[in-house]
Amino acid sequence: MRTLLARLKERFALGPITEQRPDLAFVTVERETLRPLLRHLRDAEGFTHLVLLTAVDWIEEGLFQLTWLVHDRRRARDIGLRVMVARDAPVMDAVHDLWPTAATYQRELKEMFGIDFPGSPRIDEEFILEGWVDIPPYRRDFDTLKFSEETFEHRAGRGTTDPATHMREHLGIQGGSK
Amino acid sequence: MTFDWMKIPYALLTLIIVVNYGLLLTALVQKIAARAGRRHGIPIWQNYIDLVKNYALRTSISHGVMYYLGPVFRLTGGVGLLLFVPSLYGSEMFSNLSFAGDLILALYFVFFGTLGMALGAGESGHPYSAIGVSRGLSQVTAAELPLALAVFSVALQYQTLSVTDIVAAQQGGITNWTLFTNPLAVTAAMFSFLGSMMRPPFDVVLAPQEIPIGPPTEYHSSYLALMQTNRALFPVAKMVIYMNLFFGGATSWPIFFLKIFLIYMVSALVGVVFPRFRVEQSIRWFLVWAVPVGVLAILVV
Amino acid sequence: MRDEDMNERRIGVRDELRKRIVKGPDGIEFEVDPISDYYCDARPEVRPGAYAGIVESLFNWARSESLWILGFGTGCGAIEMRPLMTPRFDAYRYGIQWRPTPRQANLFVVSGYLSVKTLKRVIRSYEQMQNPKYVVGLGSCTINGGMYWDSYNTIKKLDQYLPVDVYIAGCMPRPEALLAGFEELKRIIRAGKAEGANLYAENFDWYKANQKRVIHDWDMPDYNW
Repeated sequence: MRTLLARLKERFALGPITEQRPDLAFVTVERETLRPLLRHLRDAEGFTHLVLLTAVDWIEEGLFQLTWLVHDRRRARDIGLRVMVARDAPVMDAVHDLWPTAATYQRELKEMFGIDFPGSPRIDEEFILEGWVDIPPYRRDFDTLKFSEETFEHRAGRGTTDPATHMREHLGIQGGSK
Repeated sequence: MTFDWMKIPYALLTLIIVVNYGLLLTALVQKIAARAGRRHGIPIWQNYIDLVKNYALRTSISHGVMYYLGPVFRLTGGVGLLLFVPSLYGSEMFSNLSFAGDLILALYFVFFGTLGMALGAGESGHPYSAIGVSRGLSQVTAAELPLALAVFSVALQYQTLSVTDIVAAQQGGITNWTLFTNPLAVTAAMFSFLGSMMRPPFDVVLAPQEIPIGPPTEYHSSYLALMQTNRALFPVAKMVIYMNLFFGGATSWPIFFLKIFLIYMVSALVGVVFPRFRVEQSIRWFLVWAVPVGVLAILVV
Repeated sequence: MRDEDMNERRIGVRDELRKRIVKGPDGIEFEVDPISDYYCDARPEVRPGAYAGIVESLFNWARSESLWILGFGTGCGAIEMRPLMTPRFDAYRYGIQWRPTPRQANLFVVSGYLSVKTLKRVIRSYEQMQNPKYVVGLGSCTINGGMYWDSYNTIKKLDQYLPVDVYIAGCMPRPEALLAGFEELKRIIRAGKAEGANLYAENFDWYKANQKRVIHDWDMPDYNW
């Protein structure tokens, strides 16, 4: 992995690198670097499998973190490429020409986070949600509890057996994240 | 020749006996199949309850005239098959409306219900019905070939087209049965029998797993109840023909019930042992195994 | 998302359901409006039982002893239905069978959570079943949302959208609980109180209003059978 990263560093401008395990590393890159880097990894380094494409909403920084995880089957190692895109203009380059499966991920991200991938097939069609009218539901500023209470009728009399609540109310033990 | 009007109520009596016997028999065979899978299976009177329930449903939807006529045709096929074949040999009451050429008519009625069903299910407009109909027609056609050959062979053997005469020729000891005098024809006919009983391995027409229930997908309420009645009646009617042609007929009701049950068990036994054929497999099976036996039967006679 | 964009999506009729001109095989062009041409949207009517009470009780007994379940697995509860067919539980003993088509079934088991998307299909299947028909809500999710109580996409109270006869609580209920629930349903049917289909017809507008409040892309007729 070290040698691979060193080789990549010679050819591409890499950002911060996290080595999670000997066979797993994450690299943050600029938007322009991503496609050439992915193509190089796929064609020259043997990372033939796109494991996933996902997003994290860093609402405090105003960023979306996109992660492409690719897998090298022969040497059993993974590398994750991260790109940060601005939250107020979430647009990213599509990679479905490298891996056709990416088109599905891109459709999902468009629907769930509102991140646009221009040129991706059927990107504007509904993916899972039908007739969704609010902001994309995986964004962190979407309050799922509030939405649920406004949209659906709830049945009264719902109790909780949440251990943290029980300890706080009955045993006087403070703790937990709430 | 004058027509004896008393034949009609007697024939209706036969019909009632056979329908009830069919309802109990199909439930019993289902129960036996369930026991083979180590289950208890349905109660023996379940078919009656289902019938009452389906007749008792308050709404039903029609898709047009043919849709309505489909189950009617199907039931006509079953009833016609039963009525024009003597169910008990030598009994004035239960020879029904049999006449000299009834063998040909019986062959026609075997196919009649399927055709009516195809037309009716076709009008329901459901794609699964269409798939089921195309599968059903091709399979029944393939299964019908060996039966027709076997029947011709038997007709040649006894030089008659009257079922009563064929039964008469088989009386007087088990060795006189067609089963022993013309085993090839019986083999071909039994192959065909497996195919037309809608039990595994030839139940791809109904195929509850892949195409929900096949042709009757859209049928419900009284339509379905009518078809259930036929599903109880038709196998028995068909087995009456088999019994008459190949297994010496019956002279009393207990023998009738026993023979029908045993003939049904052939298909039930094969059914619990073998998995399902696809349509093209079953057609190939009929063409490769059953039809040559039928041809051979004709040649030998 | 922009407003007009959202409006477009709210109306959101799929292409194959739009009104369009079709050229037939004989070269004649004609207009097709799938929603009104392919479906009948007449309102459901209240159907009274048989005139004679004793006949109706006989029918009710037959209905209770011949429950045909529509095989529609909506959530994880569908897995709990399968053991009922196996030798260990063998629900066939009690006159319970599975039918693959809504036309022939008369018991709808809503097995677990219902997302809004599934609810739409459930309503359509339910409306295709024949009167009288029964609904069993299986699992906590159908009662109050269960573990999906704060989810943005699952309904919380099934009886807002369909008339429910019996709820079976649990997450998930065991097959024994299911059998007990079915026995309870039989009792209700025999008592003549399982008139869900008529209830649906009587309060049709209320049910439709509730359904339309959560299903935003309503691209089907109001009542389709």
